[in-house]
Amino acid sequence: MDCDTLLNDVESLGSAGVVLSTEQKVLLQTSLTLLKEQYKFRRVFFWGKILGIKDDYFLAQGVENDELKDRKTLYSNDCVNWKLLPPSSEDAIAKGNLAAGRFTGDPSFVFEYIEMKKVIGDEGEVRDEAQPPVAIKEEEKLVATIAQIDQDCAIVPRAAYNLTATGKVVQSRTFEGLRGDEAAKLHSYLHFRVPKVLPRKPLVERINLEKAIDFLDPIDEDVPKGAWSLQFERGNGLVYLKNLLWPGSVFYHVPGTSKHGHVYVGLGQLNIDIPFMI
Amino acid sequence: MEKEKVAEWDVAAAKSYLLQTSSQTGINLYDHLATLLHKLLEERPNDPVDIFEEISREVKRNKFTASTGTIRDQIDRTGEVALADIQKKLMVASEGDEDGRAEEEDPENPLPNLIKLNFFFEQAGVGIGREETFRVWLALKNLYDTQQLRHVRFWGKLFGLEQSYYVAEAECREGDEEESQEAEEAKDEDAEEDKEEDMIPKPMWKPPPKAPREEPGTGANKKVYFVCNQPGKPWVKLPHITPEQIFVARRIKKLLTGRLDAPIHSYPPFPGNEANYVRAQIGRISAGSHISPNNYYMFGEEEEEEEGAVRDEFNKNEDYQPQPPRDMLDLGNWVHHVLHLLPQGRTRWWNPAQKNEEEFDEEEEEEEEREEPEAPQEEVGPPLLNPLSEDSEVDGVTPWSAFLSSRAVAQHAVAVVRSNLWPGAYAFAHDKDFENVYVGWGHKFKVDNYDPPMPPAPLEEFPSGPEITEGLDPTPEEEAAVKAEQEGAEGADDEEEEEEADEENEDDD
Repeated sequence: MDCDTLLNDVESLGSAGVVLSTEQKVLLQTSLTLLKEQYKFRRVFFWGKILGIKDDYFLAQGVENDELKDRKTLYSNDCVNWKLLPPSSEDAIAKGNLAAGRFTGDPSFVFEYIEMKKVIGDEGEVRDEAQPPVAIKEEEKLVATIAQIDQDCAIVPRAAYNLTATGKVVQSRTFEGLRGDEAAKLHSYLHFRVPKVLPRKPLVERINLEKAIDFLDPIDEDVPKGAWSLQFERGNGLVYLKNLLWPGSVFYHVPGTSKHGHVYVGLGQLNIDIPFMI
Repeated sequence: MEKEKVAEWDVAAAKSYLLQTSSQTGINLYDHLATLLHKLLEERPNDPVDIFEEISREVKRNKFTASTGTIRDQIDRTGEVALADIQKKLMVASEGDEDGRAEEEDPENPLPNLIKLNFFFEQAGVGIGREETFRVWLALKNLYDTQQLRHVRFWGKLFGLEQSYYVAEAECREGDEEESQEAEEAKDEDAEEDKEEDMIPKPMWKPPPKAPREEPGTGANKKVYFVCNQPGKPWVKLPHITPEQIFVARRIKKLLTGRLDAPIHSYPPFPGNEANYVRAQIGRISAGSHISPNNYYMFGEEEEEEEGAVRDEFNKNEDYQPQPPRDMLDLGNWVHHVLHLLPQGRTRWWNPAQKNEEEFDEEEEEEEEREEPEAPQEEVGPPLLNPLSEDSEVDGVTPWSAFLSSRAVAQHAVAVVRSNLWPGAYAFAHDKDFENVYVGWGHKFKVDNYDPPMPPAPLEEFPSGPEITEGLDPTPEEEAAVKAEQEGAEGADDEEEEEEADEENEDDD
């Protein structure tokens, strides 16, 4: 959710259960504007909230140059003081995933992960031996969770972003929203991440795509099928797309206008039981 | 050659794009550019590039376009219009009451002031938004007016895959019992067939007796729930729950689709369709997360607590003194006001052994070898109005978190308590107001993955006894010996001497 339109957009999200109190809205608007100035971001987004046991995290993302690649994430407990999170990598995600359990709300909390490894003992029997515990800070778990949620849940309507000839991803000036019938199809939404599926597709399938628009993965081929729930609120006036792998992630779009945004308000837990639930 | 083909194809694609007619005006870019260039080449103005836009606009203006309907439709607004129609009826109905007769509002059962409650929830960052709440409020008022109900309140919103559910909670007035749909006991039809054929050993296993559901108005069925998909659509009453449904609902995890008649495919098989599952989840959430400030509700003074009885009734305390927000952060100041659901699925323990005795008498003749079932242990849950501080931790997670809604202005803040076991369940307290709400998918939080229960082990075979043990066929010698014995026995009835002779014969053999 772009911080410039935060006040208006959060009204659209009420039906999905995302509500910000007046105090939070005011604080966010002020502090995000200051952040924009401080870090020289071109745009700042309110990414969402992760609810912890003792305290909550508010998360913001800033875009420097390229919309897709130059993103920085910041977190705060009180919407006033923001701290920058380190960038994520595959190793960081793997390490962060070892920390099981809920977020506590204290970024310096340390999770311990103890791996049981089968070891052949002195007499030749096989037993489980506890490896030295791996200490994972809550901050690292936060980085991993946010990176995964972005990978899975951050989506945009098709044609909202353009790939310029220089390889830079920019917002499209002429995007006027999806039409009603297009908005009902999952194919009209694209993952806003470095494309993983698209480069592997055979050229035969890719020949009909517009290079400037269809440079991202569409969401209709996501595994597991049925992980996206598309709902219309207010008749056809508002589209919600919720990802069921991460309960709490909401994407909204008003068909016919260029209003769209994505937010996550939840526990930060992957819903791994999804095959049983659909 | 290939490159030429690709280039040709590109050109064709580009041209077809330019030839697309506009949905608004019926002209296309290709023709427009052609006309524009033609005009420029004819008139040859100075500095054409600077006035290019002007010329373009003029060409457009000069072109006559009939404003006939276009082929491509505009944004399909029919869904919106239909919903707006339904919701308008809600608003019109409420106005009609005010003009005509005075509203018959029972002073003891007022319609809750949802807007005021939503204000507090909004401060806490919880709920479904102001406009949506107002629509729900109108729908709730409709429900309140049309049906005779007490204590109507907005319970919350359950998300579904296709549509969501808005849930309203109420208590029925007087004895409002619906027709109980008792499942007929499956009669053992095999027994009849057995009489004709050989006696097939009957399985010794009998399904455990099902606990009867609690009467409407008591226990788990104390409240009645109504759902609708959108405010304005008719409210549908959910059926009462049976303990078996609670038992199974605890062991499955399914997402709601939004259609009440959708079947639930699961193992263990859920006895019912989505309407029952929704009711079961609502029952579990209410039992687990409905809380109120301490002393808001009090037990009646005349009741005496019998041994083993569970108190069910409480009254609102007229002399309730609200505590400052800081004190409400202490979990000891909150109590559960909904009875806990026992593992059996009821709030009051039902002893299955009673029924067992009756069955035992009937079938005593046939089932002599049946083991006497162990006397089941009575399940006891925490009593009503139990403070939250006594709730046990699950998976190392404290079950509740308490917050103040505002850091900046603490004296007027609202105390909010959030359930960690049922993510989405919130309660707030401010002055003399308090309320619970649930907004979420309707599932409990578990650290571990969902593990579907395994099917039960197949039953042991019927214990082998002499009547069904397969014996070896007798050898011809043995047959002859037995035959001789029999003949000898018959002969003994007539003459004993022959017996002796037969015995001698036997010895020879």
